[in-house]
Amino acid sequence: MMEPLDGNAIAGSLYELFDEEMTIVTGVCRHCGAARLIAELRVYTRAPGVVARCPSCGNVVFVLVHVGGTPRLHLDGLALQR
Amino acid sequence: MLDPPSWSGHRPGQHVDVRLTAEDGYQAQRSYSIASGPEDEHLTLTVERLEDGEVSPYLVDELRPGDELELRGPIGGYFVWEQSVGGPLMLIAGGSGIVPFRAMLRHWEATDSKPAIRVLYSARSLGEVIYSQELLSLSSLQAVEVRLALTRAWPDDWQGHRGRITPELLHEASWSIDELPLMYVCGPSGFVEAIATALVDAGHEPARIRTERFGPTGS
Amino acid sequence: MLSAGPTPHTPLDEWSFTIHGAVDEPVSWPWEEFLALPSESVTVDIHCVTKWSKLGTNWRGVSIDTLLESVDTAAEYLTAWCDGGYTTNLALEEVTEGRAWVAYEFGGEPLEPEHGGPARLLVPHLYFWKSAKWVRGLTLTLDDEPGFWEGYGYHNHGDPWLEQRYQGD
Repeated sequence: MMEPLDGNAIAGSLYELFDEEMTIVTGVCRHCGAARLIAELRVYTRAPGVVARCPSCGNVVFVLVHVGGTPRLHLDGLALQR
Repeated sequence: MLDPPSWSGHRPGQHVDVRLTAEDGYQAQRSYSIASGPEDEHLTLTVERLEDGEVSPYLVDELRPGDELELRGPIGGYFVWEQSVGGPLMLIAGGSGIVPFRAMLRHWEATDSKPAIRVLYSARSLGEVIYSQELLSLSSLQAVEVRLALTRAWPDDWQGHRGRITPELLHEASWSIDELPLMYVCGPSGFVEAIATALVDAGHEPARIRTERFGPTGS
Repeated sequence: MLSAGPTPHTPLDEWSFTIHGAVDEPVSWPWEEFLALPSESVTVDIHCVTKWSKLGTNWRGVSIDTLLESVDTAAEYLTAWCDGGYTTNLALEEVTEGRAWVAYEFGGEPLEPEHGGPARLLVPHLYFWKSAKWVRGLTLTLDDEPGFWEGYGYHNHGDPWLEQRYQGD
């Protein structure tokens, strides 16, 4: 099953990290500039960690890993804004 | 049905993350949409039992009242509908995608302002349609229209749609663009992708379409 | 199966496998030539980082030893690179002496794209994220250079028996 989920699938992990509902936050893709709600990102969960990709250009926008039980979010390709 | 000790309510469409810890410390986690409305007395989750599922067989077969689970939530601020949001509403569900819509419908029933709702629900067979009694009684109300599409098997005298949702059925079942509906689509990824694309292609505004994709494990 | 992105679909007439980097001369095989290389059938257990293991899986592929015979190198490490942009790093000593393959058949059938086809790396004695799907080549390196997951905190080595999931394990 290769079909990606969306940001809703990791809402809980993101809430844990930010102590706030994050799926309604807008992220601007660093590669192509598309602005989308985090709920609308393409999220791949069946891997050692979680990879989120921009629905417009397909590039990786963030990676969420649980290193030794602690969630860590690498926001490499996304700028957050309200 | 669950009674979490310090549950402070939820918004229709939200989900909870459920975590099971086995005796050897192994943990499995899944997300389940909340099936009850915020006005209902108990928190209800509806779990589809998958034959080779890691978590669902336990939850469906083994779980007894009094069992303890770890819950995280309610979570989600995107795929929610409350009466303050308005309508008219278009709810399109594939399989277990109907669950968050049930929460929205329960909320709708319990509140005063009742925008018109059209539900399009795709299931593999009649036996796999959940909440059929509730949907049947809701559809008798003037403000609610419920359509079923059965994709794999149907009774010989089936009057509803046979097979997958087609662009024609979608057009027939939906509000027109001028009516500025709020559209929610929920179900497996492929289903959501196809329906959302069809809605946009038909001219509906993308910003009025909200989607939630479920994985094969029902999460 | 593990995946961090959409399934690539490279047509076989555009596919090639390349070894380059810290080598005297890079070498590259198009698909037909790759299939003509000496291959082996292997049955192995694979270990996923989420604590499950799949026992007795059967594959056919070309041993990394065979592939490395075509190059001269002083490198001690490699980075496997793949369609879709995925990379993973390995020490040469982990993939030689019959411990790793570039596999193109699973269970007697051509490897399907969803499972990493046309060809994937197979390194059964390490965690399965090291068995990179859609592999297209190896860059031999003098130093160990973290690949995709390793750069995000996963272990450079990844030995399941030592439970090496994360850096510092």
